[in-house]
Amino acid sequence: MTTLQEQRPAVPNSGPRPTRRLPDLFRILCWVAAIATVATLAWLIGEIVRQSWPAISKFGFSFVSEAKWIPSRDQFGVLPFIVGTALSSLIALLLAFPLGLAIAIFLSEDFLPLPVRQVVRFTVEMLAAIPSVVYGLWGIVVLVPMMNEFGRWAVKAFKGVPVLDTLFHAPAYGNSLLTASLVLALMILPTLTAISRSALVAVPATLREGSYALGATRWETIFRVLLPTAAPGVVAATILALGRAMGETMAVAMLIGNSPRLTFSLVSPSGTLASLLANQFGEASDLQINALMYAALLLMALTLFVNIAGELVLRYTQRRTAGIR
Amino acid sequence: MPNTMETDVTRPAGTPQAPSTPKSDFIKVSGFNFFYGKKQALFDINMEIPERQVTAFIGPSGCGKSTLLRNFNRMNDLIDGTRHEGDITIGGRSIYDPKIEIISLRRSIGMVFQKSNPFPKSIYENIVYSLRIAGQRNRRVLDEAVERSLRGAALWDEVKDRLNESALGLSGGQMQRLCIARAIANNPEVLLMDEPCSALDPIATAKVEELIHALKKDFTIVIVTHNMQQATRCSDHTAFFYLGKLIEFDATQKIFSNPSQKKTEDYITGRFG
Repeated sequence: MTTLQEQRPAVPNSGPRPTRRLPDLFRILCWVAAIATVATLAWLIGEIVRQSWPAISKFGFSFVSEAKWIPSRDQFGVLPFIVGTALSSLIALLLAFPLGLAIAIFLSEDFLPLPVRQVVRFTVEMLAAIPSVVYGLWGIVVLVPMMNEFGRWAVKAFKGVPVLDTLFHAPAYGNSLLTASLVLALMILPTLTAISRSALVAVPATLREGSYALGATRWETIFRVLLPTAAPGVVAATILALGRAMGETMAVAMLIGNSPRLTFSLVSPSGTLASLLANQFGEASDLQINALMYAALLLMALTLFVNIAGELVLRYTQRRTAGIR
Repeated sequence: MPNTMETDVTRPAGTPQAPSTPKSDFIKVSGFNFFYGKKQALFDINMEIPERQVTAFIGPSGCGKSTLLRNFNRMNDLIDGTRHEGDITIGGRSIYDPKIEIISLRRSIGMVFQKSNPFPKSIYENIVYSLRIAGQRNRRVLDEAVERSLRGAALWDEVKDRLNESALGLSGGQMQRLCIARAIANNPEVLLMDEPCSALDPIATAKVEELIHALKKDFTIVIVTHNMQQATRCSDHTAFFYLGKLIEFDATQKIFSNPSQKKTEDYITGRFG
């Protein structure tokens, strides 16, 4: 009690509440920062809507449903690019998902000593640190020649085979949908792995013990208890990875061939909304600028939707695992 | 996975308990030492646990009682760097016999943990987990096991109308009884309980204790408890451990009324621990 009283005078003596001023300033700064963030986003969306308005009022929904992109004739329809965006990101996901989940399981189990696992984990997460343009360069130097060979072979090999004939159709080039998808798969691998791994690690150890005690093997425990418990986290990882693949620009623009032709052939040049913007905006004028802004609006809506969905699933996961603990 | 059934040298799942007279040395621990890395956790344990009775392990934290319990179904094998000396036999067979698969050993020993750990599945799927991993697909067998186990765990009336709902929606006490039901679903011979009531309120605790009393006609039960009233209420035999050694093992009544060791008396009268 005496020590408290000894300390107390120190505060009143040091002036009329000097400590209040700093928190006030800090609070104002926080408000400014928060408002600035929201305002910037609103400004960004507002400007894109304003700039795309001529195209929106001229083309309306036909912009989405038509497969013509001929700037010289003022004909704009982004269907090929929507198809390209969807196909390239889905193929990337199809390739990266099994690999990413396998790595996540591997990293969350003790198959290997911890130091080895940490090196693997670090390496996979480093994939996220490589700049997009470097992936693009690597793709041009390494993948494009390989995919050129593969494309030509595939077109010949699958000629006349149902479905495959559509997916591997002439003209085949090194710069193609599949080439871009391969690089995209590599780029989204760290997202998939990291979030899936943390979902698996978050499964309470008591569930693992419970499963072993009932006579389950390690694999039965992984597939029947750990994965189902971590499933929402894995789903969230998948959706966030999809969002990343859809919005990825530089590497895709360097590898996909940038053709405005509507095609379902994986070995042919194609385009995505993001690659379209990157390629054409520099030289665009008049209505083409408005059309590109409209395309940007679509892309933003798509990725925003996917990311919000992913975030919601992730939150659901956290609530769910909280229920188990 | 089906081959684990063939190599199951213990009792096949679903066989009723043999009606023979209970063995007094159903679980037999002889000259047992156990190490976590360099640290020795159990010192020369020798004891015989009788069949179809309740044996309580008591002692202060870190005395090795849980360690011994978790050796009976070799859960300690999951921890790196552990090793043992000596032997444990259950039903006359060594649990370290290389011919016995650890999977079939664990299948014949149910375990209930300190914190209830239902899987995030339906009540039904929680119960049939051990049967499903043993390859049982027959719906009738599964249904029968669910009803029998839930009745055995005194939970049937409370959940029979919502078997397909998530087990995570149950109350804490119900979850723990569900875990008991899950542990007995495959008709094990032994039921190990590691402080099963430490996270439960008094009413739920009373229910589980009643349950332990009812279950001992079918199962050999070993329970680790910090609660000495619990040991007196529901066990037939009590083993007192201290610093990794078995100090005294006798009829529960004897331990709590007239212990032969000074240390036991000090502990049960609350002078330390």
